[in-house]
Amino acid sequence: MTHHMTAVSFQKVSRHFGAVRAVDEVDLEIRPGEFFAMLGPSGSGKTTCLRLIAGFDQPTAGHIEIFGETAEGVPPYRRNVNTVFQDYALFPHLNVADNVAYGLMVRGVPRAERMREAASALELVKLPGYGARKPSQLSGGQRQRVALARALVNRPKVLLLDEPLGALDLKLREQMQEELKSLQKALGVTFVFVTHDQGEALSMADRIAVFSEGRVMQVGTPEEIYKRPRSRFVADFVGSSNVLPPDFVARHGGAVGWASLRPEAVRLSEHEGIGATIVSRSFLGASTRLSLMVGGQRLHATVPAGTSLPDDGSPVRLAFDRADLHLLDDQP
Amino acid sequence: MRSDRNQSAPVGLKIAAAAGLLFLHLPILLIFVYAFTTEERTYQWPPPGFTLKWFAVTWNRPDVWEALILSVKVASISTVIALVLGTLCAAAVSGSRFFGREAISLLVILPIALPGIITGIALRSAFSLAEIPFSFWTIILGHATFCVVIVYNNAIARFRRTSGSLMEASMDLGADGFQTFRYVILPNIGTALLAGGMLAFALSFDEVIVTTFTAGQQQTLPIWMLEELVRPRQRPVTNVVAMVVVIVTFLPILVAYYLTRDGDQVAGGGK
Repeated sequence: MTHHMTAVSFQKVSRHFGAVRAVDEVDLEIRPGEFFAMLGPSGSGKTTCLRLIAGFDQPTAGHIEIFGETAEGVPPYRRNVNTVFQDYALFPHLNVADNVAYGLMVRGVPRAERMREAASALELVKLPGYGARKPSQLSGGQRQRVALARALVNRPKVLLLDEPLGALDLKLREQMQEELKSLQKALGVTFVFVTHDQGEALSMADRIAVFSEGRVMQVGTPEEIYKRPRSRFVADFVGSSNVLPPDFVARHGGAVGWASLRPEAVRLSEHEGIGATIVSRSFLGASTRLSLMVGGQRLHATVPAGTSLPDDGSPVRLAFDRADLHLLDDQP
Repeated sequence: MRSDRNQSAPVGLKIAAAAGLLFLHLPILLIFVYAFTTEERTYQWPPPGFTLKWFAVTWNRPDVWEALILSVKVASISTVIALVLGTLCAAAVSGSRFFGREAISLLVILPIALPGIITGIALRSAFSLAEIPFSFWTIILGHATFCVVIVYNNAIARFRRTSGSLMEASMDLGADGFQTFRYVILPNIGTALLAGGMLAFALSFDEVIVTTFTAGQQQTLPIWMLEELVRPRQRPVTNVVAMVVVIVTFLPILVAYYLTRDGDQVAGGGK
């Protein structure tokens, strides 16, 4: 055992289903106590990675360690890892208290003690007194909290969350994001969170791994990922940056190569700047997102609400700082 | 489109429906009436008189008891075999994807679609070829072929509604395979198994065709009744036995019906 212990470590881990490379030579180091998000579109391998950590699936190649212990061949019920499932997977025949106490029950904890533990876990997720209800009598948000309590009552070293907020409406989702974050800070448990929502990953995670087609494209803090995407995929998927071809970059920035430019870094100017045409606009509340054409190049810009804008089809001038043009690593 | 609930059906339709129901159930009532008749050689209508003596006569006939005990044994053992095999098969087919899964599903259901006489002939020739002597156990094998289907069909419907992530959740929370079966799978499919088992029992209990091909000298209750109808001796005894068969097979079916109905509500509500 070393002093720089990792919570979960993937070393060249692959999971192939026949010809489909669901996970392809992934290297990951998840640190103890961090809130780690695995972000990617559906089919990018993030959920398969989660299942490999949980033990529902085994890698076809590579090596996984959970707190220094080899994970391959260890069944899910012998891993100190618990999961909050996407559909919550609450046991419909058990009431809320028995659902939460299930993990303690199968380990032989006496009834009185596990009921006490279940009650305090329910308090932790702000559902005190709900023990006697059946899962079918709860709302989606409440079921989600029960699923969280049922996992946390086992005091896992790693808590896996598979798109846990996907089924909730926007307001509830924002509230749960904050609660999950503060819960994680309070408990100090390593959270591994799978999501396809880049906003969710950026706002909640300490670090993010961006997945595409079974591979990890980039790992970093939300700020790094957002401000300095290394590839066109990350630039496009996280933050919907403008991905600009080398000739455009050379003409307006000086550097040679593909670059990303965040829409909020583009501003409209009165007199000087690059000539462009407004193609369309969408109102986002606090801001307006413009679709512009510069020569043959489409460009997105986000401007604060209240900026006076000419009609669609009108010529405008735009500007951005050269420092905001971020050169990408993958240059085809 | 559904018609208005308050709107009454036309009189003609009501009469037709009543006639249909009467046609279905009057003969069964007649069987019951003849169990009390004083005439023992022909089924004479109206019965010349009523008596309870056939119940005593039936009670004291050892051949009735032998047939009844054999039928109960056969039905019980077939049901147990069906419960084990049908559940395992349903779990395999619903729980995983593998080559030939649909084919296996079809092959399991096929025996119930086949006419009993085909199943009977096929089993008889198979037993002869394998030189298995006809016995109590060959009857059970014959009955198990269709009992397995009943349990399988009930179990697979429930398995499909029981989300696979429930089993994963159980494992994730520290339960091994046995604990997962005991605490999650069984409570979720229990009523379906009970219903399937009761239906299987009822089917086995009154089965004639497959039994005639797979039995040796043994007489199950339905076979005994068939033989008894040919011999005009103490005929109302057959009717008394018929009443017992109706009650023994009808009650489990009724219970099964209520169990699966409630089970559906529970399973649906849990989703």
